Amino acid sequence: MTTDQAAPVSPTGPTRATGHRPTRPVGLFLVATTVLIVLSLLSVAVGSRQIPLDQVVQTLLDRAAARAADPQVEAIVWGVRLPRTVLGLLVGIALGLSGALMQGLTRNPLADPGLLGVSAGAALGIVVAIAWFGIATLYGYIWFAFVGALLASVVVYLLGGLGRGGSTPVKVALAGVAITFLLNSLTSAIVLRDPDALNRYRFWAAGSLSGPDFGTIGQLLPFLAVGTVLALAAAPALNSLALGDDVATALGRRVGLVRLQGTLAVTLLAGSAVAVAGPVVFVGLVVPHLARLITGPNHRWLLPFTMVLAPSLLLLADIVGRVVARPSEVGVGIIAAFIGGPFFIMLVRRRRLAEL
Amino acid sequence: MTLLELRRSGGRTAFRLGRPPVSGVLRGRVLLCCLGLAALTFVVFCVGIATGDYPVSPLRVVPALWGSGDPGQVFIVRELRLPRALTAVLAGAAFAVSGAIFQTVTRNPLASPDMIGINAGATTAVVAGIVLASGAGLSLPALGLAGGLATAALIYLLAWRGGATGYRIVLVGIAVSWMCASATDYLLTRAQLTEAQAALGWLVGNLNGRGWETVGPLSAAVLVLLPAGMLLGRWTRTLHLGDEVARGLGTPVQLARLCLVVVGVALVAFATAATGPVLFVALAAPQVAQRLVGLSAPPMLASALTGALMVSASDLVARWLIPDVDLPVGVVTGALGAAFLLWLLVRANRAGSGG
Repeated sequence: MTTDQAAPVSPTGPTRATGHRPTRPVGLFLVATTVLIVLSLLSVAVGSRQIPLDQVVQTLLDRAAARAADPQVEAIVWGVRLPRTVLGLLVGIALGLSGALMQGLTRNPLADPGLLGVSAGAALGIVVAIAWFGIATLYGYIWFAFVGALLASVVVYLLGGLGRGGSTPVKVALAGVAITFLLNSLTSAIVLRDPDALNRYRFWAAGSLSGPDFGTIGQLLPFLAVGTVLALAAAPALNSLALGDDVATALGRRVGLVRLQGTLAVTLLAGSAVAVAGPVVFVGLVVPHLARLITGPNHRWLLPFTMVLAPSLLLLADIVGRVVARPSEVGVGIIAAFIGGPFFIMLVRRRRLAEL
Repeated sequence: MTLLELRRSGGRTAFRLGRPPVSGVLRGRVLLCCLGLAALTFVVFCVGIATGDYPVSPLRVVPALWGSGDPGQVFIVRELRLPRALTAVLAGAAFAVSGAIFQTVTRNPLASPDMIGINAGATTAVVAGIVLASGAGLSLPALGLAGGLATAALIYLLAWRGGATGYRIVLVGIAVSWMCASATDYLLTRAQLTEAQAALGWLVGNLNGRGWETVGPLSAAVLVLLPAGMLLGRWTRTLHLGDEVARGLGTPVQLARLCLVVVGVALVAFATAATGPVLFVALAAPQVAQRLVGLSAPPMLASALTGALMVSASDLVARWLIPDVDLPVGVVTGALGAAFLLWLLVRANRAGSGG
């Protein structure tokens, strides 16, 4: 549906009338991928100790030789910056994909990866782990967060499907918002009585990419991989779903099955991303809109583009956050907002919108 | 011409009054729901006034409101407890009507003022006032009001390109909300602990210690803006069908949208200034009201009553549950409103009425 009224007889020609140009996304996709690779290298190079890019590449290619040459650089690259960069990539991919899926499934531009209650469930999981089980290590309660996210999204999925109308996009969205607020209230109620839980909860809620090791990342990798495969496989079905449930059914899609597949993917992706990096869901809300401005509503292109653009934004924000306020750091979510926000508004004003 | 004319056709009753010249569809369920909600709100209102450290019998509350009875009780009821109860009712109604307006204008049930950045702007202004200019004697409600209005104007201007569409308002609102929330986070990380605590106390939405100086501006705003919202209700019914259909039915789409947005923003800004951003009411109350009366779009009056009831009841529950701690009312509206909305979603009894 397009709402710009002058469109059909626009003097600027037929390209404007059809909404968005019939772009050839292959070239753009290659450009975006190159940008992402450069940003990843920069993310390893930039920090309180600058490392030249050629040295970064050498260290990454031959770890043993690098350790012999300069053990300090090797330790920084392999011990600190590479895990952080990999985490940024994975979290970005997960948030971007799950945001695009969520918007496609609910056909609502305000849907974010946390809409299924994932962030709120993870938050409650962490607070419960600290307040009731006395777990104090940062990576001890990741699993509580993950389980909380899983449970919350299962409840939302079931509630959205109850009632005689079955599952509809609006019902799922409203059930998700309701569960989110319900869980947030419980979290606040626990936190208000337990200052220790409040302290640790705030640390997680600020959102950060710093501090993980490869072990933690490796444990989450299977969930992320399965989620990514499920998400990408859902792309053609999401295109049918965008025409409405009735049309999708008529086109031979099993709507309920597609919803289940999408929900599962969102839960795995967003659940693990939020558990490690905190609730930085805004990236997953905005980047799919950015990608949609480039690709139009076709999910076959939209999903790969979000997969590349979301980690780019996250890594760029992380790099800038390390540089602007030396020696301290500014949180990745904050920088991402001030890089992504104005750019996004500019695009919204310039391009005709491909609506969901 | 008779004074009142009733006509039934197609299972509906239409009415026409001779003087004043008014006509419309008589919806029994809407009328019943509104009466029921109003009665319930009044009961909760009275019980709320009766509850406290010095208990007053709920039956004595109504006479005491009019100034008859024990002078001590009259003082407690009228000076200490009435402002808080009134703030709850008025702010709840204002949040709910504002939510109904935004959900209609953008045709999106998730597009309440707290989702598209207006509350975020008010919050940023207040937190900036606390953190950057603490001790400058700035009035926090005034800051919140200014922040909310400025953010809304910014969103509308940025979304304007030969006319604003609901979709573009939503997208720009997302971005602005994101930036405001991040600015708030940044300010909070820079703040001293005491300043951060003061800011957080305001952020949740709070009714504690509200006196007549809060009720004055809020009631004036609600008395002007609520009827305005009701009058604009006829436009919301056509806008809900989409821009093209609305224009075809003779609605001045851009003008209607501008008027509605102005009323909605003013309502939420005044309410936020009075209580802070009380969570979830603006989103849930219109959806609950819509499902109660069985219409396809959020009804204004029923939304207002639902919102008033939601905040008053949450305040009461908060004080009952943990009497010795002043639990912020925002924490309870989340739980109560969510539970009720879920119940309505689950028992949706015919296809389509749930969503």
